Amino acid sequence: MIKLIKKYTNFLVLFWSTSLSIELEYRLNLIVDIFTLVGNLFGSLLVLSLFYTNHHTLGGWSWSAALVVLGLFTTLEGFTSSILQPNLSKIVRYVQLGTLDYVLLKPISSQYWLSFRYFSPWGIPSIIVGFLISIYGVISTSNQFNTISIICSIIMIISSLITLYSIWFILATTSIWFVKVWNVNEVLKSILIAGRFPISSYPNIVRTIFTFIIPIAFLTTIPAEALLGRLDVYWFLFSLIISATLLFTSIRFWLYALNFYTSASS
Amino acid sequence: MYISLVKLKRKLVKFTNIFRALLTSQYSLMHEYRAEIALWAISGLLPLIMLGIWTQSSFANFNGSNYNFFVKYFISAFIVRQFTAVWVIISFEEDNLEGRLSPFLLQPISPFWRYFSSHIAEQLTRIPFVFFILIIIFLGIQDSFWIPPFHTILLSPIAIFLAFVIRFLLHWIFAMCCFFNDKASSLERLLLIPYLFLSGLVAPLETYPEILRTAAYFTPFPYLISFPSLLLSGSIVNPLNYFMHQLIWIFILSIFSFCAWRLGVRHYSAMGA
Repeated sequence: MIKLIKKYTNFLVLFWSTSLSIELEYRLNLIVDIFTLVGNLFGSLLVLSLFYTNHHTLGGWSWSAALVVLGLFTTLEGFTSSILQPNLSKIVRYVQLGTLDYVLLKPISSQYWLSFRYFSPWGIPSIIVGFLISIYGVISTSNQFNTISIICSIIMIISSLITLYSIWFILATTSIWFVKVWNVNEVLKSILIAGRFPISSYPNIVRTIFTFIIPIAFLTTIPAEALLGRLDVYWFLFSLIISATLLFTSIRFWLYALNFYTSASS
Repeated sequence: MYISLVKLKRKLVKFTNIFRALLTSQYSLMHEYRAEIALWAISGLLPLIMLGIWTQSSFANFNGSNYNFFVKYFISAFIVRQFTAVWVIISFEEDNLEGRLSPFLLQPISPFWRYFSSHIAEQLTRIPFVFFILIIIFLGIQDSFWIPPFHTILLSPIAIFLAFVIRFLLHWIFAMCCFFNDKASSLERLLLIPYLFLSGLVAPLETYPEILRTAAYFTPFPYLISFPSLLLSGSIVNPLNYFMHQLIWIFILSIFSFCAWRLGVRHYSAMGA
């Protein structure tokens, strides 16, 4: 087992160092991306502040608490553009060109290879800035940190990353059947924007959809509540169950989908 | 004088013939990708998500008229956004990288019109899907149906079309960067930022602080979403001034895009040749 983990981490280092050297060819992108990040951040803060003018509030969340949600959302965006987008957007192409054959022949888990082969450094600034905003929000609500709440928060954040990854991977898997599936991810992305705000600021029906059908609540709101130290134990367990189920489903679904893969032009 | 007029007329007739042919061929192409376009239509949900938040926030509960304003505004913004979608940077970059641009340049009409007509064809294909989504919205959200006054029904499509032209020209100017840098698509993400926050897509500009709103109206962005949506929702009494601004922006941006095109083509060195 330890040998296996070691093997896979070695692969990860190799994968990411090669893709880093590819990406660094396009250094101009860094400047554009930093501009995009700064603009995005100021815009989001502006829109959020609109809800708080004249002592209004957003779904019962204070300004600093809402900042925690926004920060986590920014972090998830960085995670998406660093890992999910560069890898999972390519699956469609492998299926179209039939080069998925080569991936399947490699002596390594194909899901692992497809999910982590590429790494784009341009999401890192978002990840860092997002974390800083969340921490700022937590500190300014002035609640005491203890070891348990920190551990819980870290677990909740990991669980939200797993949830996000699994949803993306399940959708990307459907490209085995429908080659032109990439738009579905655009639809997903447009819905995930809803995670920018605390889930309680939506009307009841929408809130139910975002909790039980598209688990957006578990991406930002639940981890934010953990960071603020007010998450109750049921939601904690529920979040773990959701992420574990989705991860398991994504693995089974990928293996199931491979049964239908017939390669191209053969 | 007379001869040049005749010449001009002949040129114009030729141009309209070519453009009509382009449009019909692009329309049948887009019609093939109906399913894909339906998904694109669904992905324009952002105004509806914002509608959920704004009507739920204590802002809207303040008094009843606010609720109605937000509902009408964001449904209008949803419609406007559907018919002003622009992706010319992405397809231009692809055509440039894969060497398809060179044959386009040999054709007797500028490639500008090819992309322009494909966008219009896509909008025409979108119409039934937008209607379908609208019916769901009207059934799903209470008190959301309204019939705008007659002159608004006539003027709104014009405002939306002009908004589309502004946005298209803006993206076209940025697409010309593909001639100088292979990966210009990151510029699209950059362009999305002022569009998101200054156009009134996520919040009506009326809720912005005074200074910011005035500053925003000096940029072309409010004329992309805010003005057509306010018009469609019946909040603008005298739209003439706004229409003038739209035309001025189209004038300025077309000069820029013409220059950018000339500069770019001069720099062009056919990929893969």
